[in-house]
Amino acid sequence: MLKKTLIAATAITLSAFALTACGSDSDGGDDKASDAGGPITMGFAQVGAESGWRTANTKSIQDSAKDAGVDLKFTDAQGKQENQIQAIRSYIQQKVDVIAFSPVVETGWDAVLQEAKAANIPVILTDRAVDSKDTSLYKTFLGSDFVVEGQKAGQWVVDNAADADVNGDGKINVVQLEGTTGAAPAIDRGEGFADTIKADPSIKVVASQTGDFTRDGGKQVMESFLQSQDGIDVLFAQNDDMGLGAIEAIEAAGLTPGKDIKIITVDAVHDGMQALSDGKINFIVECSPLLGPQLMDVAEKVLAGDKVDPRILTKETTFNQEQATAALPDRQY
Amino acid sequence: MPETQTGLQRALRHPLVWPVLALVVLLVVNVVAKPGFFDIRMQDGHLYGNLIDIVRNSAPVLLVALGMTLVIATRGIDLSVGAIAAISAAIACTRIVGAGDEGALTTAVMACTYALAVCIVLGAWNGFLVSVLGIQPIIATLVLMVAGRGISMAITDGQITTVHNTWFSDLATGYVLTLPIAFIIALGILALTAVLTRRTALGMLIEAVGINPEASRLAGVRSRTIIWTVYAFSGFCAGIAGLVIAANTNSVNANSLGLWIELDAILAVVIGGTSLAGGRFSLTGTLIGALFIATLARTVNNIGIPSELNYLFKAVVVIAVCLLQSPKARSAFRVRRSSGPGSPGSTAPALVKTGSAA
Repeated sequence: MLKKTLIAATAITLSAFALTACGSDSDGGDDKASDAGGPITMGFAQVGAESGWRTANTKSIQDSAKDAGVDLKFTDAQGKQENQIQAIRSYIQQKVDVIAFSPVVETGWDAVLQEAKAANIPVILTDRAVDSKDTSLYKTFLGSDFVVEGQKAGQWVVDNAADADVNGDGKINVVQLEGTTGAAPAIDRGEGFADTIKADPSIKVVASQTGDFTRDGGKQVMESFLQSQDGIDVLFAQNDDMGLGAIEAIEAAGLTPGKDIKIITVDAVHDGMQALSDGKINFIVECSPLLGPQLMDVAEKVLAGDKVDPRILTKETTFNQEQATAALPDRQY
Repeated sequence: MPETQTGLQRALRHPLVWPVLALVVLLVVNVVAKPGFFDIRMQDGHLYGNLIDIVRNSAPVLLVALGMTLVIATRGIDLSVGAIAAISAAIACTRIVGAGDEGALTTAVMACTYALAVCIVLGAWNGFLVSVLGIQPIIATLVLMVAGRGISMAITDGQITTVHNTWFSDLATGYVLTLPIAFIIALGILALTAVLTRRTALGMLIEAVGINPEASRLAGVRSRTIIWTVYAFSGFCAGIAGLVIAANTNSVNANSLGLWIELDAILAVVIGGTSLAGGRFSLTGTLIGALFIATLARTVNNIGIPSELNYLFKAVVVIAVCLLQSPKARSAFRVRRSSGPGSPGSTAPALVKTGSAA
């Protein structure tokens, strides 16, 4: 008896599933025929809310989805790859029109992206890239070039070498706070920075350690650097939040951030810009999170069958202290 | 000769020998790597140096581990402490930011009191699931571990909330009598716990519940109330830890605050010699365990382990300490070593001993 009920129940669920599946299939077909006439459904798998930057990024995507009339399904992976893979799988099952995500780490995406490809759902990468030989797995990568960001940061040290050598010993000792180990921005910013400072042999990274892109991590690692390294001239923090944490450690050690130790960070979130304007940070390379409008634009183009560039850059700049003071009042994030 | 050997053996049998030894070895490694590691100087009227940073940074883990010690002594476990810490910090920070006078002492006190009250309720919820509904502790607390992050995210709207209240930030960065306040708070809670459990019968009752809840209930111990109490206490400790972590950077990041601190706390408890099977606990051991974990974190930076090898290094050290603490592993090692050249007089008894034990 029980067995029969079970079988019947399964059959009903299965057929219901099949029906809905058919329904959304034909929807998809209509969409393509009428050139994005119906609302687009987008599944977006966010990394998490690990920093102010990320929350601004999330807000930009949610707001611009609303403005563009896109039905956005949003998940927060809380910094874990397995959560993100799960979210993408569920989007494939829900048969969304397009999937967009910022990968937590660079590797390990081939299997799930193959599934998306097999289900004919285009994938757009935002903000972070994946390390895969098969570039047919995604339509485009919309985001900043982290290598260039690292280069801009390194270039500032090279250009300001005389100033940056705080203790005047002819050597510029740099300590680096890395992002989450294995994450694209951490790898690329480090690479770009290292390549650029090679131009001046007096500049040397004397210590480098991960602060996990968080204030607490940045503070604890900087505390340790201040004790274990002599004559630190420059701090390169791979995001604002770690830099902000490091500022507290530097102040606790009785030094003046921005004077005794020059500080360069990447991102330009509001708190970071405030610190730059206050003179506690010397230079910030912008990494704009406001890529929502561009993302919606690209998604519409992809679904309409237009050709899109496999690499689209977000518009970005750099800030010194005066520019930060000028830009601060209109800063959205 | 036999006299001194038994004396040494008795000392080696003390449960705290191995954790203390591990801590000392770790400190020695640091000094060898950087000879100035122990340097302490005065800075702005307080002590400043690696060791001061270590005791300050050990405070959150120590606080969480104290609550965890009692929970584990009842044969339970509390996985939700990291999430409770995040909730505590989220509540305190949002209340401080939302208050009329953000920088006032009363604002900070009210916000912290409110946050801690919520944490005690959350801990009591865990206790309710475990003691009244009889759900396995690991599952019961897993509920809040997962849900708690969501709650703290909801409280902060997923944003990093920055606070400007010097009283609040003193919790982590302030100093009293040249010592960090965070560590003094943690030591205070440690002393309080020690008095309550060792000067009264409470400690014995907790251990009785851990050894056999049913037998202790039949003997007249209110095991349900005791279990309820230790989980509420664990929530309270996690709440203070959350406040200290948030005060350290004057901000709360609901996603990363206290992440994995439950594992560090469990590790601290186990390194300190408290058995996961319940029935006995050592608060001093937990203190040493927490200091060990903070020292380990500092060691990674101090001797310059590359970021990619962080976790591997920590895991290898932890495995080594656990093996050192295991009598079985130690005797196996002794047998192996004794097969090499050595004084036959001292090795023979060891062989006999392991033989008879097996």
